[in-house]
Amino acid sequence: MSGAVTYTSREEIDVHRFSWGISIGIPLLAIFLQIFLPVRLGFLAIFDLPLLVTIFFAVARRKPITGLLTGALIGTVQDAFTSQPIGLNGIAKTMIGYLASSLGVRLDVENPGSRFLMTFAFYLAHRFIYMIIDMGLVGTNEPQNWGHLLFCAVCNGTLAIPLFMLLDRFKLRS
Amino acid sequence: MESFFSRYKNPILLIAVLFVQVIILASQVRRPEDPKNPGSGGTRLIRVWVVNIFTPVERAFVGTGRFFRNGWHNYVDLHDVRKQNQQLQAEVDRLRMQQAKLKEDAEQAHRLQALLDFKERFIGTTIAAQIIGTAGSEQSRVIYIDKGARNGLKQDMAVITPDGIVGKIREVYFMSSQVLLINDRDSGAGVILEKSRLQGDLHGGSQGETVVKNIMSDEKVDIGDQVLTSGGDRIYPKGLPVGVVTTVNTDPDKPLFLSIGVKPSTNLSRLEEVLVVTKMTEELPNANQISGPIRAADILAQRLPSVPKVPEKATDKSADKNQPSQKPAGKPQDKIGATPDSAQPTKPAANVTNDQTKKPAGANSGKEKSTKPLSSQTPKTKTPKEPVNESGQAPETAPPAIAKPDKPATEPPANAEKPPE
Repeated sequence: MSGAVTYTSREEIDVHRFSWGISIGIPLLAIFLQIFLPVRLGFLAIFDLPLLVTIFFAVARRKPITGLLTGALIGTVQDAFTSQPIGLNGIAKTMIGYLASSLGVRLDVENPGSRFLMTFAFYLAHRFIYMIIDMGLVGTNEPQNWGHLLFCAVCNGTLAIPLFMLLDRFKLRS
Repeated sequence: MESFFSRYKNPILLIAVLFVQVIILASQVRRPEDPKNPGSGGTRLIRVWVVNIFTPVERAFVGTGRFFRNGWHNYVDLHDVRKQNQQLQAEVDRLRMQQAKLKEDAEQAHRLQALLDFKERFIGTTIAAQIIGTAGSEQSRVIYIDKGARNGLKQDMAVITPDGIVGKIREVYFMSSQVLLINDRDSGAGVILEKSRLQGDLHGGSQGETVVKNIMSDEKVDIGDQVLTSGGDRIYPKGLPVGVVTTVNTDPDKPLFLSIGVKPSTNLSRLEEVLVVTKMTEELPNANQISGPIRAADILAQRLPSVPKVPEKATDKSADKNQPSQKPAGKPQDKIGATPDSAQPTKPAANVTNDQTKKPAGANSGKEKSTKPLSSQTPKTKTPKEPVNESGQAPETAPPAIAKPDKPATEPPANAEKPPE
């Protein structure tokens, strides 16, 4: 695809770009896998692939506007498949996209360890924002299983390491 | 001013995007849902578009996987079929014996239900559907099936499996439907405990658990008690398995009520195929449709060869069990050995009522059962005491007791009109 999305990083050498196909296809594939895989393997619902993709693109592009728009779109599409009102994931992922892109400007996010910690923290932040919206706007008051929440955060952080390495291959460098 | 926007354009845009989403979210929460068309509104368009885009891909994946899986199971992986077939045959034999024992109880229960004008909802028609997707989230427990509006599905139709209930249809799209599972926090179903007959509401929890609420805390609930659908929600047919009681605690929100943990009968995380109840018939269980207007005198006459009024009939009835079609249909006596499908109602309902009042043994034993709602599948009733002992001889008190009601009720059978030569 010739028309690449020219989102450049602030690194002095590398300029990260993604083709239109990757920019659209990877989030759609992540959402598809998220709703399809738990049909046979229910435990995979603990992973949040759309969130990981949001974090990856936001950090790699390092532009807050792009990050928040990516998060908003992915979250809204994800909301469409749930029984909850549309906007819960949208708002949460919008904020995560914005924060992740802002963080990518300041920190080295290429290291596997930093990627694990970053994803771990963003997963907890995402769930926290989701819970706040759920309680404040929707009016739900359900107890949280904090142990399970930490376990999910660790699992998503662990998955982020190989997944981000895989997605690094789609970066267009110049 | 221009520098302000250019300097803070990122947070301004963030606030703008969040504001729009909050408005959309608030509009969904505040707007009262149209009961005739739930899910309507602007956000439904988003769901329809997104689901209709993803559904064909999911169907293709599921169909491809099913093709290869069926090819393996149906042609390659058959090494245990013979052994399994023998086991199933033994199971069928055992169930046939059990069915014979239960059949009479069920027929009697239905006759008593007819007496009490007890309306019951039966499963009319179902459509098999395959699971093609989930919500992909632990906060929302819904699944998607590959049948939609073009298959005649509508909202609030019950979704079941042979093991028990699964949920109800929440959204219907053209080629797919969204099913709200019973362990979702927004779900609800009317249930009844099988032993204690206590009725409550089944709800889902935030962690995917299912809990029965609205049962007073002074009631006694045993762990392991079966939970069935009560039919009171007008969604699920009555008497379907829901699950088993696992925990009994006081509801933290309502101390006067219990919070009963239930393990669903259906494994909700491993669903592959489900049945959608597309039509339920609410009708009076008609004893005529089940076994015909059997009169107590006829039953006893069948079982008592020594009854002096119809000696030929008794012998014929024993033969009728093997050859029910040898007798002409329409006579009340013939209905005893007839199958439910072949039986045609020839007597008015009043006749049935009259017969039931004349029934000496069955009416007494079934009266206490009639106070409880009975499942249409396996009514838990005791076997009525038969006036015939093991050797086939009548008890001493039986002949005089049945002699009188038998006399006006029993017409001479067709083959009895002509005296035996």
